[in-house]
Amino acid sequence: MKITVNGSSHEIDAPDDMPLLWAIRDRLKLTGTKYGCGVAQCGACTVMVDGQPKRSCVTPLKFAAGHDITTIEGMDGAEFEAIQTAWRAIDVPQCGFCQSGQVMTATALLKEKPAPSDTDIDNALAGNICRCATYVRIRQAVRDAADTLEA
Amino acid sequence: MRMPAVVNIVRTASLAAVLGVALLGNAQATEIDADQQLKGPEAFEHIEDETERSRAMFKEAGKVIQHPRCVNCHPVSDTPRQGMDMRPHEPPVVRGPDNHGAPGMVCSTCHQPENVDSAGNGVPGNPNWHLAPRSMAWYGKSLAEICTQIKDQDRNGGMDMDELIHHMAEDSLVGWGWNPGGDRTPVPGTQEKFGELFAAWAHSGAHCPAE
Ligand code: FES
Ligand code: FES
Repeated sequence: MKITVNGSSHEIDAPDDMPLLWAIRDRLKLTGTKYGCGVAQCGACTVMVDGQPKRSCVTPLKFAAGHDITTIEGMDGAEFEAIQTAWRAIDVPQCGFCQSGQVMTATALLKEKPAPSDTDIDNALAGNICRCATYVRIRQAVRDAADTLEA
Repeated sequence: MRMPAVVNIVRTASLAAVLGVALLGNAQATEIDADQQLKGPEAFEHIEDETERSRAMFKEAGKVIQHPRCVNCHPVSDTPRQGMDMRPHEPPVVRGPDNHGAPGMVCSTCHQPENVDSAGNGVPGNPNWHLAPRSMAWYGKSLAEICTQIKDQDRNGGMDMDELIHHMAEDSLVGWGWNPGGDRTPVPGTQEKFGELFAAWAHSGAHCPAE
């Protein structure tokens, strides 16, 4: 199976129903994307597929082939940079395990809604679980990032 | 942001793995029984009064229409339901502006173009996975209310009877109900039989049950 990750194309020798997450972490050694639950319940494995957030643990390779996959390592652009800066400014992460997923979803949200309401933020991030409960800082940082984008 | 019971899910998943064979056997048995349970239009031919016959056929179609597999995605609120017990969807998603989810958390963030059975009970899928619009909400409504609503072009997406028949008999997201994947109980019968029943109801005056 041929997949394109962060702009480069890779031939992966694997069954076409293997989860994309396995290819990203075990074959390509891109370990910024995390394995949390494996059943679409935590958001730790979120990547972008054609600019849309996808849970890579339940995305079979066959549905990823032919699309543009971006992992946390390959992210760039105004929204992503604003998120990164805001995240650092108030030290959002605690253990950090969930954070690449949080950042992917938050970036996807700002791309579609540059000035999200608190409800928009909650709705977007409802599927991203944080065991350390950094939710208050996540929400704050998304708001801060939106403010810098607006300025 | 709420914390879903991840631990429970993991437990259920491993339990399902242990019981895998039994669950699969059960699902297949249910499918065969279910097919026998939905009556086709011929079973109503003996009812001479057309209005009564039409009503009886809609009641039969109600076995499909009011099945949790269908009603779960026809919610009155903005949140879908899941499972035969119709519990609120986990994670707690919302319909969003176009019934395909909220920005950053759309249906296709998790739901693939087909059922994915690799993880636990898997994630059900269809290329067009989404919620029925609010005007088509069925949850908690009587079959009579649903019937009136289905015929009302202001609430049914502007579909006339032919389009409704086509939707019920051909739409692939409707058809998912008979092929839900994992160990989910399918809706009774087959989409073809349901389509015939619905068409026969439409062609017999499309009468709604009294209550
Ligand atoms: S690892 Fe994919 S959602 Fe948890
Ligand atoms: S920072 Fe530890 S899980 Fe989120």
